[in-house]
Amino acid sequence: MLEYRVEIALWAISGIIPFFMLNIWTNNNLNESINISDIMLSRYFLCAFFVRQFSVVWVVFSFEEDSLMGKVSPYLIQPLNPFFRYFAQHLAEQITRFPFALIIAFFFFIFNPESLWIPNLGILLLSIVSTFLSFLIQFLIQSIVACLCFWTEKASSIERLLFIPTLFLSGLLAPVVSFPAYMKSWIYLTPFPYLIDFPANLLSGNETNISGGLSMQILWIFLLFPLFKKIWSQGTKKYTAMGS
Amino acid sequence: MVQNIIDVRNLSKSFDISSKEPGLKGTIKHFFRRQKKSLKVIKDISFEIKEGEIVGFLGANGAGKTTILKMLCGLIYPSEGSILVTGYLPFKRKENFLKNITLIMGQKQQLIWDLPPIESFYLNASIYDLDKFEAKKRIKKLSEMLEIDEELFIPVRKLSLGQRMKSELIAALIHEPNILFLDEPTLGLDINAQRNLRKFLQKYNKETNATICLTSHYMKDITSLCKRVICVHEGAISYDGKLDLLLRKLSPVKEILIVCRSEQDAIRLGNSGFTVKNKIKNEITIKIENNSITSSLKTILNNFDIEDLFINEPPIDEVIGKVLIKKDYDI
Repeated sequence: MLEYRVEIALWAISGIIPFFMLNIWTNNNLNESINISDIMLSRYFLCAFFVRQFSVVWVVFSFEEDSLMGKVSPYLIQPLNPFFRYFAQHLAEQITRFPFALIIAFFFFIFNPESLWIPNLGILLLSIVSTFLSFLIQFLIQSIVACLCFWTEKASSIERLLFIPTLFLSGLLAPVVSFPAYMKSWIYLTPFPYLIDFPANLLSGNETNISGGLSMQILWIFLLFPLFKKIWSQGTKKYTAMGS
Repeated sequence: MVQNIIDVRNLSKSFDISSKEPGLKGTIKHFFRRQKKSLKVIKDISFEIKEGEIVGFLGANGAGKTTILKMLCGLIYPSEGSILVTGYLPFKRKENFLKNITLIMGQKQQLIWDLPPIESFYLNASIYDLDKFEAKKRIKKLSEMLEIDEELFIPVRKLSLGQRMKSELIAALIHEPNILFLDEPTLGLDINAQRNLRKFLQKYNKETNATICLTSHYMKDITSLCKRVICVHEGAISYDGKLDLLLRKLSPVKEILIVCRSEQDAIRLGNSGFTVKNKIKNEITIKIENNSITSSLKTILNNFDIEDLFINEPPIDEVIGKVLIKKDYDI
């Protein structure tokens, strides 16, 4: 079982992009242009790491593989939508990641003791809700893309296309506040800043519109869910049960 | 009166298939202008299946057997015609319909690879709304029927193919479905495992009166389980009826090896009007039509000095093989 433990540790470590970005930002004093202190910036990227750990989604890859291997067929004749299986898998893996994420945070604070802070309980709870909503948005977006497997077989290519705006506009590489004003107004109309930027700002204590952010997250879920249901019902009519 | 549990009327299924010429030129052409054609794989078929029946679907590779099963269990959408299974349209995949059926595909698994089968059983039990006590009871009953015990606690990846298949069966039957769709369930199993699986299916059918629709390329599966067969040839039904009737039609004569006490008797027998296949010394093989076996044997035993006698059935694979290449059997 050693390989499984190593795999779990590698998952957690693979999400450390925010720490690289923190290094780039602080070494080049980029934060001065957006009036965020070094401490708040390091807290932001640590929170971005945590939010990413608990909102990362790979359902499109699982579904694509299962479709091509013919594994979706037995799931389809059970009285439970197969996406519930993937949803449960994601939740289980998030729980598994938690201790590793805590260990990484522990080392982060050892090297950056000035960044240590304890968020108040209310903010912590809202951040957990917001991170979960971020996970739901990403899960729905990827599930919609995954359903394209019924038409194209290689839905993950479309997901790779979506990864670019997710990477740049979600706040993983830079807080959205650092973008030019004319871009920000457009970015906030997309679901991307509510995936990492908003929950990370909320948890790190940076200034953010809590009710506005949560409302936008809920709005996107309400928009995406019927779209998923529609594409699922159309897609299953196209299903040819190949590979099985 | 036994009710029809499956009712299929004028069912057809077409698939869009794109073709590509070989080489770079073909690839570029395919990229810009894909050539698609519609292929009708099931052509206007109709049949009914009664509750408790075990029906074998026979046909060559690509004949359409599996496509029929997939449409019956609601996996794929029919292009034309209607299907009713236990009164439901399968493709609607209503909860009550799904709780009544199961699909088992040889060498395709639903068990979680890295966990012991027992974990998958409890997962399925939850999906089918069974409480833990009931699930435990059913797992015990099925594992006793299949003679599997300790293996249920070993990760699936460490089990043999036969053990995995038994576990698959438990996972697929834990909700006690009324209709079983089995697509080549004995594929890849050794002779003993095949026999055990057949015994289990017979027992399950007897105990629960479940309806079983089965496809298999192993004729032993068909002959030992199915009284009725539906032969599919290029997407159309070429025969639907009793298996023994089909066998009699396809193989109207039996070969009888007769060992006479003397060579003279064998010569005399050979000249008495029977069709002789071959003769070696005092052993002679003759062909007799199925409907005159009793009277012919009576004549032989009364008129010749016979030491021994063997009735040979023609190999079943050879007989059924004829079905796979013929379009229509009017019996």
